[in-house]
Amino acid sequence: MRIAVLSGKGGTGKTFVSTNLAYVINNAAYLDCDVEEPNGDLYFKGEEQIETVEVEVPVINHDVCTLCGKCSDFCKFNALAIIINKVRVFSQLCHSCGGCSMVCPVGAITEKKKPIGVIKQKIFEGHHIISGEMNIKEETGVKIIDEIINLSKDIVEDVVIDCPPGNGCSVMASIKDADYCLLVAEPTIFGLHNLKMVYELTKVFEKKSGILINKANSYKIINDFAEEKNIEVVMEIPFDKEIGLLNSNGKIASKVSKFKLYFEELAKKIMVN
Amino acid sequence: MKKLLILSGKGGTGKTTFASNFIHISKARVFADCDVEAPNLHLASDVKNIKKRENYYGLDKSIINQDDCIKCGVCKDSCRFNAISYEDGRYEISHHLCEGCGVCNYLCPQGAIHFIKSIDGEIFLYEEDKVFATAELNMGSGNSGLLVTKVKKNIQNYIKEDDLVIIDGPPGIGCPVIASMSGVDLILLVAEPSVSGISDLKRIIKTADSFHLPIAICVNKSDLNSKLTKEIINFTKQNNYNFVGKVGYHKEIIDSINNGQFLDISTKAYHEIEAVYNKTIKILS
Repeated sequence: MRIAVLSGKGGTGKTFVSTNLAYVINNAAYLDCDVEEPNGDLYFKGEEQIETVEVEVPVINHDVCTLCGKCSDFCKFNALAIIINKVRVFSQLCHSCGGCSMVCPVGAITEKKKPIGVIKQKIFEGHHIISGEMNIKEETGVKIIDEIINLSKDIVEDVVIDCPPGNGCSVMASIKDADYCLLVAEPTIFGLHNLKMVYELTKVFEKKSGILINKANSYKIINDFAEEKNIEVVMEIPFDKEIGLLNSNGKIASKVSKFKLYFEELAKKIMVN
Repeated sequence: MKKLLILSGKGGTGKTTFASNFIHISKARVFADCDVEAPNLHLASDVKNIKKRENYYGLDKSIINQDDCIKCGVCKDSCRFNAISYEDGRYEISHHLCEGCGVCNYLCPQGAIHFIKSIDGEIFLYEEDKVFATAELNMGSGNSGLLVTKVKKNIQNYIKEDDLVIIDGPPGIGCPVIASMSGVDLILLVAEPSVSGISDLKRIIKTADSFHLPIAICVNKSDLNSKLTKEIINFTKQNNYNFVGKVGYHKEIIDSINNGQFLDISTKAYHEIEAVYNKTIKILS
């Protein structure tokens, strides 16, 4: 089963839940798709294999270029512009569609590979860990997420996907192949508002979903929403300073037997779907 | 006029809490929420009158006119975003996966592919005695950076000479964050004392440094891990970044958010946030 863990709002506990969930499921793989701010690696330490992720960006042969401007006119992303009698490439803005080299009438544009980040892989206590990391100053890491998801296609074991915050293109790329979406929410009006947004996303993509209330207390705002929309609340984890401290120090809470019970029950409840 | 942007790298460290309290303390007249994928500042703002709401159009998306399509498949072969599928004898472009590059339109031998407008979100402008801009990106959409730029443009005309403009930023380090950074005078980074928080803090610092933007750093929920709070303070001092104070974990902060009220000025939480505010303002002036 492929379980995506997402939340809309940041800091609700996606990485906390997904690292612990992966840890209690036999041989489950863990994918860190929060490539802008990846943290799964801090919990699963070990020797890793690193490979670079590259995208194609245009290169202009200025000797051949006639400055006709067709490339910059075509580019919807404003990644090419004629500045002081030269076509300049702003590679951070390029979406690698290849359009500029197609429209160039004199064949002055080729493509070269540009690194945008890395993918790290390791085995941690029988769990296959794959995490992505986008380079600083890059605009988007969707290509890295796509490659993580592609790499994980051959994994026969269960997979837990730690998604980025928000509800945009990188979240969509992360949940693409998921069988189940676990929505981690905290009981605040902020948490509820962002839960609603991300729940809509799972509905549009026709994903099964359930809610985990993290830092649960007597404020039942998330439970009320779940009841209204008929979504299962699969687990409530109360605010607990001991869990908070373990987690903030990069320790896997499931290594402590009383916390392990939460995640074993969570895994069981999700797996019946 | 000074623009203060609040960022954190990691989500959930308390950006919106700081933004809303800073707005309250400073009596800021103009402010904005640039976290367009998960906006919340409107929930903590006392400005409730929406003056203007408009659709946000991202890039146009491609669509196939099935009557003209001869099923040659050139479009599908050339799309680098795997946005075109062939099912039941029809080529279809996924509205969600299409990035609007226009390559398929260009290559289609029949001219069967054209652009349609795409509503990728909604932009809101609140106005009473104060002005507040925010937006909400539609699910699965790209181009959130462009939407952030539109939010900032929305308040531009309202800003006066002596205004302090407070901007609540998005998490991460990608396009919406980079878009939120343009034209600001100072970035306040709200850090959290956890190994994840420190790792993310260092990445957002590198991002801000690469654009040569001045930063100030504070720690939120500092007592949840005092060892790592010290580590953050030492790190900021060693690297000569401005450290502007720490705020503990206070239940009344969460209660005030849930009750839709501002923090009571008699609380410890209020005083700690006010101290961070005062130090931040000193750097700005």
